[in-house]
Amino acid sequence: MQASQQQLALIKAALFLLCLLPLGWLIAGFCADVLAINPFGLQDEVLGTNPVEFIIRDLGVWALRFLLLTLCITPLRKMTGMHWLLRLRRMLGLFAFFYALLHFNIYLGLDQSYDWGEIAKDILKRPFITIGMLTFALMIPLAVTSNNAMIKAIGGKAWQRLHQLIYPLSICAVLHYWWLIKLDTTQPAIYAGLLAILLMVRVRDYWRKLRQRY
Amino acid sequence: MLIKHPDDILPSEITPQGLYLRRRDFIKTGVGLMGMAAGATLLPGPAHAAPKTAPPFSTAQKSPLSTTGEELTPHHDITNYNNFYEFGTSKADPSRRGDTLQTRPWTVSIEGLVRQPKTLGIDDIIKLAPLEERIYRMRCVEGWSMVIPWVGFPLSSLLKQVEPLGSAKYVEFYTAVQPENMPGVRRRVLDWPYLEGLRLDEAMHPLTIMAVGLYGEALRNQNGAPMRLVVPWKYGFKSGKSIVKIRFTDKEPRTSWMKAGPNEYGFYSNVNPEVDHPRWSQARERRIGEILKRPTLMFNGYADQVASLYTGMNLKINF
Repeated sequence: MQASQQQLALIKAALFLLCLLPLGWLIAGFCADVLAINPFGLQDEVLGTNPVEFIIRDLGVWALRFLLLTLCITPLRKMTGMHWLLRLRRMLGLFAFFYALLHFNIYLGLDQSYDWGEIAKDILKRPFITIGMLTFALMIPLAVTSNNAMIKAIGGKAWQRLHQLIYPLSICAVLHYWWLIKLDTTQPAIYAGLLAILLMVRVRDYWRKLRQRY
Repeated sequence: MLIKHPDDILPSEITPQGLYLRRRDFIKTGVGLMGMAAGATLLPGPAHAAPKTAPPFSTAQKSPLSTTGEELTPHHDITNYNNFYEFGTSKADPSRRGDTLQTRPWTVSIEGLVRQPKTLGIDDIIKLAPLEERIYRMRCVEGWSMVIPWVGFPLSSLLKQVEPLGSAKYVEFYTAVQPENMPGVRRRVLDWPYLEGLRLDEAMHPLTIMAVGLYGEALRNQNGAPMRLVVPWKYGFKSGKSIVKIRFTDKEPRTSWMKAGPNEYGFYSNVNPEVDHPRWSQARERRIGEILKRPTLMFNGYADQVASLYTGMNLKINF
């Protein structure tokens, strides 16, 4: 199935709005729960009893989900032959960064009150914070180079190599989630499983390519 | 032992309970009107079994040992944000699934190194000592806290019933296991039954209570009905819920959390901003209802009353 320019523009616009829904839900929940502004008549349980923690966690989980969605594009494209899917990948990747950026900033502000000494201690002493910071740091060059001008400036081959950083940083993201859980690691295990499948597909394709070459 | 009284709270500073409990109706009415204006319908709130508000819970005497000058955490938050893994590991599980717990008949057996082992019915236990209202801070090891108006009695008045032997040094507390009513125990995330423990002097300390109610009503299942321990200077998980057995022993108990993470959860687990959990800092906490974190206090703010229990102990080693 191919998509025309016009269809693609429509799909992109729809996807953009869809990607904003998790944030919209959090904002509506924050307005209803914390500020008691509730035009949609939401029940007062959107964010629960600990809204700040809910928001931080939810933003983090959405960043991870968008990373995994970004990683789905290539296998899906190969499986279905819908090559236009590739044109959606940048948006998904940038939304992963967008949610990670919000996650990171709300941690700095609402969890640590921008106390840089405490933050530095946290990064050095807590493995789950260390790896979270590493994940975010690795996302920055990818986000910055996610535009046509940068691809041209760097050159396609080098750009592709750079963007393979998504593999290690996704592993870091799952570890970050895993290490913060007290006991019941079911949720991070689900994401680890999904990521493992997405990475195995790449390993398999890589081996096939090597075999074909020799 | 000298127990210093904290500064007194003025009765005028306490929101009357009736008014307090109705505050959400006010908001709901407002929201309902807005909802109607928007053409939307307001979903009814979750149905709760009518709580027991009759005496003795509502007539509990105010205790001078209560924490003063702090705003109480709303009833709704105390009863909907709970760690009670027997019902599941999410905070909402206990209030959602707790209704199935059978709390009558309920007996508590007190045994071990005692002269007079006894099995007591919960309704007789409640009559053993006059019920008091004890307002305590509750600090969870996860970094959040509440202020809860418990209704209960000093644990010591229950423990004295069985005449502990001189050889008794520790007290173990066992939580109920009702596999058919507690879906969480079907998975072995913790070693069931949930076991917690105190040193005998901690257990006999006047601040240590058995709670049977909160906000003037009988304890709800999600909060550990019909009777749960409350040790306000320790992290919340030390205060076992829905207690069915108390056992005196001469060995330091190996509690469920110590088995789950020996490097992360120690026997004492006193609230201490200077001793971090290996994976996160304990220096600050988020008081439920507040946005920014506040500093955590040594022994959760009860240092004047309890620090003497630990004189000469290295609290970093005995975490």
